[in-house]
Amino acid sequence: MSAVPRPQWTPDEMMTVTAARMLWDRCVCFVGIGLPSAAANLARLLHAPDIVLIYESGTIGTRPRVLPLSIGDGELADTATTVVPLPEIFSYWLQSGRVDVGFLGAAQVDRFGNLNSTVIGPYDRPKTRLPGAGGAPEIAIHARQVFVVLKQSARSFVSEVAFKSSAGFLTGYGARKASGVPGGGPQAIITDYGVMKPQAGSEEFELVARYEHVTVADAIAATGWPLQVAATVDVLQPPTQDELAVLRDLHRRTREANSRPVKLPV
Amino acid sequence: MAITTLQAAISAHVHDGDTVALEGFTHLIPFAAGQEIIRQRRRGLHLIRMTPDLIYDQMIGAGCAERLTFSWGGNPGVGSAHRVRDAIEKAWPGPLAINEHSHAGMAAAYVAGASRLPFGMLRGYTGTDLPGVNPTIRHVVCPYTGEHIATVPALNPDVTILHAQKADRAGNVLISGILGAQKEAGLAAHRLLVTVEEIVDDLGAPMNAVVLPSWVVTAVACVPGGAWPSYARGYYSRDNAFYITWDEISRDRATFTAWIDRYVHGTDDFAGFIAALRADGVGP
Repeated sequence: MSAVPRPQWTPDEMMTVTAARMLWDRCVCFVGIGLPSAAANLARLLHAPDIVLIYESGTIGTRPRVLPLSIGDGELADTATTVVPLPEIFSYWLQSGRVDVGFLGAAQVDRFGNLNSTVIGPYDRPKTRLPGAGGAPEIAIHARQVFVVLKQSARSFVSEVAFKSSAGFLTGYGARKASGVPGGGPQAIITDYGVMKPQAGSEEFELVARYEHVTVADAIAATGWPLQVAATVDVLQPPTQDELAVLRDLHRRTREANSRPVKLPV
Repeated sequence: MAITTLQAAISAHVHDGDTVALEGFTHLIPFAAGQEIIRQRRRGLHLIRMTPDLIYDQMIGAGCAERLTFSWGGNPGVGSAHRVRDAIEKAWPGPLAINEHSHAGMAAAYVAGASRLPFGMLRGYTGTDLPGVNPTIRHVVCPYTGEHIATVPALNPDVTILHAQKADRAGNVLISGILGAQKEAGLAAHRLLVTVEEIVDDLGAPMNAVVLPSWVVTAVACVPGGAWPSYARGYYSRDNAFYITWDEISRDRATFTAWIDRYVHGTDDFAGFIAALRADGVGP
């Protein structure tokens, strides 16, 4: 790392704030659990009060007061505009093209933005069996664009994913479009080093922005393919006091809610 | 339709080798029923569930299943379903064959099953490796536009098991809150078992509420708390702390087996299970 002192926030906080800034008011966002959910709700509490958050459990327009641990926590239903059956969320709401942004995490991403959340090693003799694709394959093709949030390392940012759980740009150079995959595909990968975006033409992800305390060399070293670097690499603005205060308050409320013991009424 | 005990319902309607779906997406997961299947030592089941989380972690770790049809298998918000992983990676306690889908694909398959159509269809799986490992994911050509549309074979379980908030004395069942694919999985099945929080004189169901009429239900059993550690909206909330604790219980084969022996095999029913947890100071 460079001589710039370590910042007063965690990598997770920096990623969450950076991702939140990419969302806009009234945008319809199909949210995955974890960092994507934290970022989408932070955006809602800051600059995007009328963002429409959809979770695959069927909750539409949800405004949770605390972050859900699971994709179907009661809080998501209780604060939703409407709760629809699961077959409906994927057909009437996602497949129909009503979603602006799909917000995904994964275990691995490759240089063309294909995601793996299925398996490391051969499918039939897995080294590590991961949970699986869930809603991601169809989110990845039906959202107008996809943002990916993932901590960067040479193990998670690989030249080619072991298993394509959901489609990025496939082999690049227009392969996605040629194969008939709809949707705009992954337009940004937000990491703990900076932001990557697809290069025009090759559709390979390149570094377009970095955090203040990170060097371009750090980002290249934490990538499992020879990472290309944009002509100009922006320096991302650090989180403001306001952003950090709102995010930390959200996490505090969430911790309190999760530590509250549940009593069965029997 | 019969209102009966959970033991009697499982004993009469879930047989070795059956194809069994326990549905409920995070909400209203029929844990008590899953544990009763473990207690009655059913074997060779083909388990179907969109999200094989803790409930199938328990059933698979306890040796009930030889096949799993699913679209996401983990401990939601926490990490791995360790017993599901151990079965797939290391064939413990026995080999587990898998049919893997996406959520949208599973949903389409249940809709087809409920509609008694041979297959469901969707614009899905495109650009993924899933069709390469699941040969049941195929395509049809749209007769109107020529577009290639993905297909999945209908799911028609021998038995679907659901948990719901209420049934009335005639056996009509009311479900509210996050529904998942409960209604579709219920109507796709040959037999439908439902556990409920309470049995009431009048469901008081608003118009357009999700009600499964008694004549599509095989048996109803009243099992208050039967969705714990998931939740039943209006009755109790999700025990997120237990989901976190399960990571420790399930990580290790011996710890898991001791937990199943003490709390499931060592008790007579769900009330006994909760009482045993409480006696050890770890109950809800």
